[in-house]
Amino acid sequence: MIRIENLSKGFTLYNQGGAVIQVMAGACLTVNPGECVGLVGQSGAGKSTLMRMVYGNYLAAGGSILVGELEVTRAEPRQIIALRRQTLGYVSQFLRVVPRVPTLEVVAEPLLQLGLQVPEARARAADLLARLNIPERLWSLSPTTFSGGEQQRVNIARGFAHPYPALLLDEPTASLDATNRAVVLALIEEAKARGAAILGIFHDEGARAQVCDRLVDVTAFTLGAAA
Amino acid sequence: MSIVQRMAPDTPLLQVDGLTKRYGARIGCADVSFDLWPGEVLGIVGESGSGKSTLLSCLAGHQPTDAGRIRFDGRDVLAMSETERRRLARTDWAYVHQNPRDGLRMGVSAGGNVGERLMAVGARNYGDIRGKALDWLGRVEIAADRIDDRPRAFSGGMQQRLQIARNLVTGPRLVFMDEPTGGLDVSVQARLLDLLRGLVRDLGLSVIIVTHDLAVVRLLADRLMVMKSGRVVEQGLTDQVLDDPQHAYTQLLVSSVLQV
Amino acid sequence: MTDQAYNFAYLDEQTKRMIRRALLKALAVPGYQVPFASREMPMPYGWGTGGVQVTAACLTPEDVLKVIDQGADDTTNAVSIRKFFQRTAGVAVTEATGEATIIQTRHRIPEQPLKAGQILVYQVPIPEPLRFLEPRETETRKMHELEEYGLMHVKLYEDIARHGQIATSYAYPVKVEGRYVMDPSPIPKFDNPKLSVNPAIQLFGAGREQRIYALPPFCNVVSLDFDDHPFRATKAAHDCDLCGAKDSYLDEVITDDAGGRMYVCSDTDFCAGRQAAGHAGRLAAGGKA
Repeated sequence: MIRIENLSKGFTLYNQGGAVIQVMAGACLTVNPGECVGLVGQSGAGKSTLMRMVYGNYLAAGGSILVGELEVTRAEPRQIIALRRQTLGYVSQFLRVVPRVPTLEVVAEPLLQLGLQVPEARARAADLLARLNIPERLWSLSPTTFSGGEQQRVNIARGFAHPYPALLLDEPTASLDATNRAVVLALIEEAKARGAAILGIFHDEGARAQVCDRLVDVTAFTLGAAA
Repeated sequence: MSIVQRMAPDTPLLQVDGLTKRYGARIGCADVSFDLWPGEVLGIVGESGSGKSTLLSCLAGHQPTDAGRIRFDGRDVLAMSETERRRLARTDWAYVHQNPRDGLRMGVSAGGNVGERLMAVGARNYGDIRGKALDWLGRVEIAADRIDDRPRAFSGGMQQRLQIARNLVTGPRLVFMDEPTGGLDVSVQARLLDLLRGLVRDLGLSVIIVTHDLAVVRLLADRLMVMKSGRVVEQGLTDQVLDDPQHAYTQLLVSSVLQV
Repeated sequence: MTDQAYNFAYLDEQTKRMIRRALLKALAVPGYQVPFASREMPMPYGWGTGGVQVTAACLTPEDVLKVIDQGADDTTNAVSIRKFFQRTAGVAVTEATGEATIIQTRHRIPEQPLKAGQILVYQVPIPEPLRFLEPRETETRKMHELEEYGLMHVKLYEDIARHGQIATSYAYPVKVEGRYVMDPSPIPKFDNPKLSVNPAIQLFGAGREQRIYALPPFCNVVSLDFDDHPFRATKAAHDCDLCGAKDSYLDEVITDDAGGRMYVCSDTDFCAGRQAAGHAGRLAAGGKA
């Protein structure tokens, strides 16, 4: 479902004398449907960079990223937009929303983008919020005022609202208590069971052990660049 | 994915090719090319004087261009007669001005403002016109009992929402927006942004939005075009351009935003 | 009788030719506002300088002139213009609508139907019907050119929204021959139906604004309206208190300090004619007027 081959990435910092930082080279990995692959490596090794490249958020310098049948590195913006709507979900560490939009709407929005009717989208959003223990009295409020853990759960609800065939998870269990952590892990297991290909970053070793089928150490790709 | 192909229509709604506008020796905008697809929101950013507003007004036909081609739905816009172009401007196109005073008739009631485009395309039933005006005031969250008030009596945010209703009532396919949230309080901006997002999604609008506010384009635009000195220096997916800018100027622009 | 110090009908022949050219163009393009080089006239703007110039350009020594102001032959404006042409052109004058060949009018169309060969000259204060909502002359000209007349209905919409009905009661906009929207000058909308398919030539002169427009005989003139708020030619719901006419446009006259009032035909010639023929209204014998 996700196939990465010989991927490389560098940043040119024009405002700092044009310094070129080579952060990745020769990255290769594959995620099959129903499989969860965990990215490991020390902080700054390029785990998030790799995820962002798969999502089309960072441009690749070279190599190939196939998600489904789409070659992300050469795709047009509108193809990536369609990919994100239909196929590829992303739970980032940070919630980015229009201020003052109610939580329920935030979670339902990806479904509305797909053309679902409002009542159906809201019902699904409500199910997920309830499952993630966000009290119903908060649903009509904007998540921008929530605590870090609550925001994280809203973000997860949003990411799991649509059954994406492929999912990117960046620290989905960070800043969650044991109960909610278990809910999130169950959601991941369910996604795997329905055949989703998942690429994730988990600092939480217990979580990693529970859901990941394989681990890939990105340090190898970074070292390759240094050599 | 076959589903991806199905979602993406085969032809762009707007095709712009080599658009150039000069003011004597000065460049307004030069060699601008892009395609806009149905349902897409394109943001154009750049500092004051970068040519983004010139580009928008050329696209909307508010001023003549010196070179290039604009095709809307397959039709050559620049070769159209003025009658055709102005008809397009009040049916398939809409233009939201930064200052609502430029886009509203301040001496006409809210209902009359919304109804004007309907009457311009031949609506002649008062009851129908009023019904549609009421519906649209509701959609932009203006209370029904304000329908006979003049926009003068409205707040800035309400005026802007009224301008949007007035523009969208004839079901346009392409909307030009020039700094639609400029000059509004941040709290009012947020509400307007949310409203615009909902309308774009529900009506499948294609939008070209000019702004200098990067936060606005991040929330509203699918794609981003960065302009400097009349030229496009970078374009791509909005979050990609903002998070991984490739051009020196874009990097400067992104790094100059104050964090809150 | 003619004051020899002036050319016939006051204006010099070149000026009259210039105005006639504008009139011919106006007749050829019904409802279209033709610019013309309006002259200073020996009367203030607003007193009919446009109408006077059009009349002067049309007058021949054989013409019989009638001048009315709000339907009356005996008000200041009508009297002074009539005297002006008596003195400068020496033409015959009349108060009888049927006898006149040229009728200059301010704010009315005579009740008695006009006939072929007659010319009705209107005095126009503001020729541009779109100006109320769009003050830019460049823009209104463009709107006429491209037939963008939605704005005219906005004005009527505002009327209904505010008053529950179309409250515009004079200078009611019309569309001429399915093309140009035209301001018929401040005639009551009661008179609007008379504009259409009229055997007489109708000429409109706006002196201050330097515009001439025209309706050739028998051209089609439609008052703008909504399907569910159709145009109605309204008048006061009374009969004339002097001649008893049921279908003429009436003036309301306050007769005392106690709220007493009477309604009389605004067309004095029409009213006098009916009274002479033996018709009588509510107050005809009392002679309160």
